[in-house]
Amino acid sequence: MGFSAADWAAISLSLQLAAVTTLILLMLGTPLAWWLARTRSRLKGPVAAIVALPLVLPPTVLGFYLLVAMGPNGPIGGLTQSFGLGSLPFTFWGLVVGSVCYSMPFVVQPLQNSFASIGERPLEMAATLRAGPWDRFLHVVLPLARPGFLSASVLGFAHTLGEFGVVLMIGGNIPGQTRVLSVQIYDHVEALDYGQAHWLAGAMVLFSFLVLLFLYSIPARRGDAGLRFSA
Amino acid sequence: MTAAATLNSAIIADFSVRLPGSKHEAGSFDLRVDQRLPGAGVTVVFGASGCGKTTLLRALAGLQPIESGYLRVKGETWHDEKESLPAHRRPVGYVFQEASLFEHLTAAGNLEFARKRAAATVNEQEVQDVIALLGLGDLLQQRPQQLSGGERQRLSIARSLLIKPELLLMDEPLAALDQTRKQEILPYLDRIRAELKIPMIYVTHALDEVTRLADHLMILSQGRVRACGPIREVLARIDVPGISGEEAGAIVEGRVTERDSEWHLIRVDFEGGQLWLRDSGEAMGQQLRVRTLARDISLSLEADQASSILNRLPAEVAAIAEDADPAMALVQLVVGAPGETRLVARISRRSVAQLALSPGKPVWAQIKSVAVLY
Repeated sequence: MGFSAADWAAISLSLQLAAVTTLILLMLGTPLAWWLARTRSRLKGPVAAIVALPLVLPPTVLGFYLLVAMGPNGPIGGLTQSFGLGSLPFTFWGLVVGSVCYSMPFVVQPLQNSFASIGERPLEMAATLRAGPWDRFLHVVLPLARPGFLSASVLGFAHTLGEFGVVLMIGGNIPGQTRVLSVQIYDHVEALDYGQAHWLAGAMVLFSFLVLLFLYSIPARRGDAGLRFSA
Repeated sequence: MTAAATLNSAIIADFSVRLPGSKHEAGSFDLRVDQRLPGAGVTVVFGASGCGKTTLLRALAGLQPIESGYLRVKGETWHDEKESLPAHRRPVGYVFQEASLFEHLTAAGNLEFARKRAAATVNEQEVQDVIALLGLGDLLQQRPQQLSGGERQRLSIARSLLIKPELLLMDEPLAALDQTRKQEILPYLDRIRAELKIPMIYVTHALDEVTRLADHLMILSQGRVRACGPIREVLARIDVPGISGEEAGAIVEGRVTERDSEWHLIRVDFEGGQLWLRDSGEAMGQQLRVRTLARDISLSLEADQASSILNRLPAEVAAIAEDADPAMALVQLVVGAPGETRLVARISRRSVAQLALSPGKPVWAQIKSVAVLY
């Protein structure tokens, strides 16, 4: 049997969504994680809690609010419309926005842990060796936080790949646009086509297992492995 | 040197630093200094742990914000009310207590990190010189994790030299090492002191490092400077808390002038007198620094010829102070006026009374043993 053309379309869409989301999350998550790891501000607690919300919220709740926010009368929707970008729900980029929120903690937390475990000393040492703030970040923090970046990317990617509830709420089920893997499986099951569902579901299990196996096999270096939390 | 030139070569530190209280200690700690330190040689900052030594170094390096005051180094303002040079703009080499290396780089990579960012161009020959000076030739391809504690510290010293610092700051660089490793590093520090003309501020709580390395000594306790000056003067003082009791003792610097091959002794002449020491192969004319522990000096009113003591010096009592031990007293002596050397003797208070010692009284100082520092 194997995958049908529709299955392949869903797989390809999911991979694209995961890749774009991970990229955006690394760009947004790095400064956010850096701030969380180093700030003494009283805002640290609330911000960390907001970032972690998707860990505990039902995806439908997150999806519901995103749908409202991205709708024509919502703040995000108003913004996208005033820029002439149209409405985001039921589009690929709507899914990207949803996935960024949904997978945020899986990227920010490993980065934050790994930034925190670097500590103050290498930065002070670099400062006395005449490295300025950017120089220190690029040539000391980034190389030392490499395991954290690896965990963050892999977890962010894998988690986005497995997203279902948020997608259903804000993306619906449009083939080639918003019908991702998990939705495709759902459709197969709805249609009582268990054979097709097995193929996709089995592939997901295997993939996820391999990803986690890879992450847990990275030799722990100074306790900065990204998997400090369990979602 | 003119007054202006002296001013331009000195390190003028007049500032205070406040540290918020930590979880472990109630209240906050503040450090206040108002000192002019020489812009050459080794200034050792000595004090018990928690006295503010490290805070002082961190403030000099720009790692610790100065609360108020100013800092000028060799004519350049590093900190005043208007502006403060950030750490990475200050030409200081900093050696941390536990050799802090970039674990993601090799030994060579660690050195290269500094060379690329040096205050002035560092050519290949200069890199090789530093590598040779600290004996790192065989270690360059190693990762920091593969190096021993002593090797790590040598690497971090070399790295700090490669930014071409105008001031070298060392924060207890030997404290984390055992005695053997310490002895392994000390000769390298001697070489830096002798071969490079970089002023060094060296923080320690170990008196043996003070007496061996210091040209200048600052004694710090509870965030305040208790004494500061040339090491011979400071160690000959008897009114400074911090160095007293078993460890008190002055330093004598002189030159080898005679060798007695029959008895295997050498004579060292210093300002105001001479000492006979065991001959350990020192060259004639060699400069020596010798330490005389206060507890090894006894006093008598007459020259006691019938004694095994080799070194007896005519001296005059300059001052008497109480020791931390209620049975003991510290006596400061002047040997040979006016080109004088000062010694400190630690004797019992009863002896002070029996000999009726008081300032101005002539005595004989009997020196039981001395330690040659270099």
